[in-house]
Amino acid sequence: MTLKVRIIPCLDVADGRVVKGVNFVDLIDAGDPVEAAIAYDAAGADELTFLDITATSEGRAATFDMIARTAEQCFMPLTVGGGVREVADIRKFLLAGADKVSVNTTAVKNPDFVAEAADKFGDQCIVVAIDVKKVSAEGDVDRWEIFTHGGRKETGIDAVEFAELVVSKGAGEILLTSMDRDGTQVGYNLPLTRAISDAVHVPVVASGGVGNLDHLVEGVTKGGASAVLAASIFHFGTYTIGEAKAHMQAAGIPVRMQT
Amino acid sequence: MRIAIIDYGSGNLRSAQKAFERASGEAGITADVKLTSDADWVLKADRIVLPGVGAYADCRAGLDAVDGMVDALEETVLKQAKPFLGICVGMQLMATRGLEKATTMGLSWIEADVVRMQPEDTKLKIPQIGWNTIEIVNPHPLLDGIETGDEGLHAYFVHSYHLECRKPEECIATTDYGGSVTAIVGRDNMVGTQFHPEKSQRLGLALISNFLKWAP
Repeated sequence: MTLKVRIIPCLDVADGRVVKGVNFVDLIDAGDPVEAAIAYDAAGADELTFLDITATSEGRAATFDMIARTAEQCFMPLTVGGGVREVADIRKFLLAGADKVSVNTTAVKNPDFVAEAADKFGDQCIVVAIDVKKVSAEGDVDRWEIFTHGGRKETGIDAVEFAELVVSKGAGEILLTSMDRDGTQVGYNLPLTRAISDAVHVPVVASGGVGNLDHLVEGVTKGGASAVLAASIFHFGTYTIGEAKAHMQAAGIPVRMQT
Repeated sequence: MRIAIIDYGSGNLRSAQKAFERASGEAGITADVKLTSDADWVLKADRIVLPGVGAYADCRAGLDAVDGMVDALEETVLKQAKPFLGICVGMQLMATRGLEKATTMGLSWIEADVVRMQPEDTKLKIPQIGWNTIEIVNPHPLLDGIETGDEGLHAYFVHSYHLECRKPEECIATTDYGGSVTAIVGRDNMVGTQFHPEKSQRLGLALISNFLKWAP
């Protein structure tokens, strides 16, 4: 018996709709999160991550409804993040049907928020999503820093130190996005993933830059990730979840082949 | 059949409710599945489910805060012997004590402590998050028709603490995470799963269906 490496498709949602380019084969309405979730559920995805980029409170209510409708039909684990500012926000996501809630900017502003949330909901429920860019020059020792507000705002905080800090506060998982790589399809930032994974005792989910199935394998074998997250390669039907799993299995990585 | 899913401020109750509705439909059982914090409704229920997402102490405090609920649970589960299913922290609350952060008394139905997992391989990450297979230790009707073992179906785990059975006969199934970890515990009319059946796709729905048909 072995815990399997998870393959996680990630969907961006706003106002209760999937917004960023989803283009499944045989899907009537790619904007409907429930249809997307059902398709991924049937395909054998190990978890789903929703990142809510809604700006308004009306839109947020629609997102809660979306999560609830998804959880009513898909008996698979859901992680939801985006715009969490207080403990009450986490509870609302959980009540709607999320299993884990991811916290980003609020954890950067106030790391003690992670402790407050973990005391309430348990470490296993609280994911800290960190968005990282390399700030060292080529040839220098690697240094990565945390960015917030979708990568627009630099903080000067060292990424490895921050990961250690939030884990010490009770984060149960790190969702690590390399912003330099996001959307580039050149592969995960492996030195970064390895540095964070070696520094913390909780699972690290690698994110940002996947362009082919070898990248998923490298995220685990070279980056040390416990789970691999991708968006475009699945949304646009470049690869199916099944193909990704078969490829990882062939590379000797334990994956769940049947639902 | 009246199924009470106890609402005590714990997260993710909808998923449990919907999974029970789906499983009862598939099993051909007409069921009234209710999320409830009403102790009187629990007293009238045919099946009782205690879900749980949260820290041990916080969940115990939440359960105690629901008027008459612990008494209703003891009446229906211990005295009337109605079938009971605890899920995740709901399962851990069946134990004597939880040692998460502080020491908290559980319901003391199963003689056990809930302790932090300490895998032999220190490189293994805690929490255990994800899909793992389970191994039957003591055969149980809840696992009827479910493929277990290395080649079997997977269950979804998300936990840092686990229940250490003191009585080997109360351990129904284990999983492996740097050592043996209790996956299902039970005695008489009560069972508990460390994993989330409501999130475990085929294995989960089959297990819930078995729970609904179970006549201990």
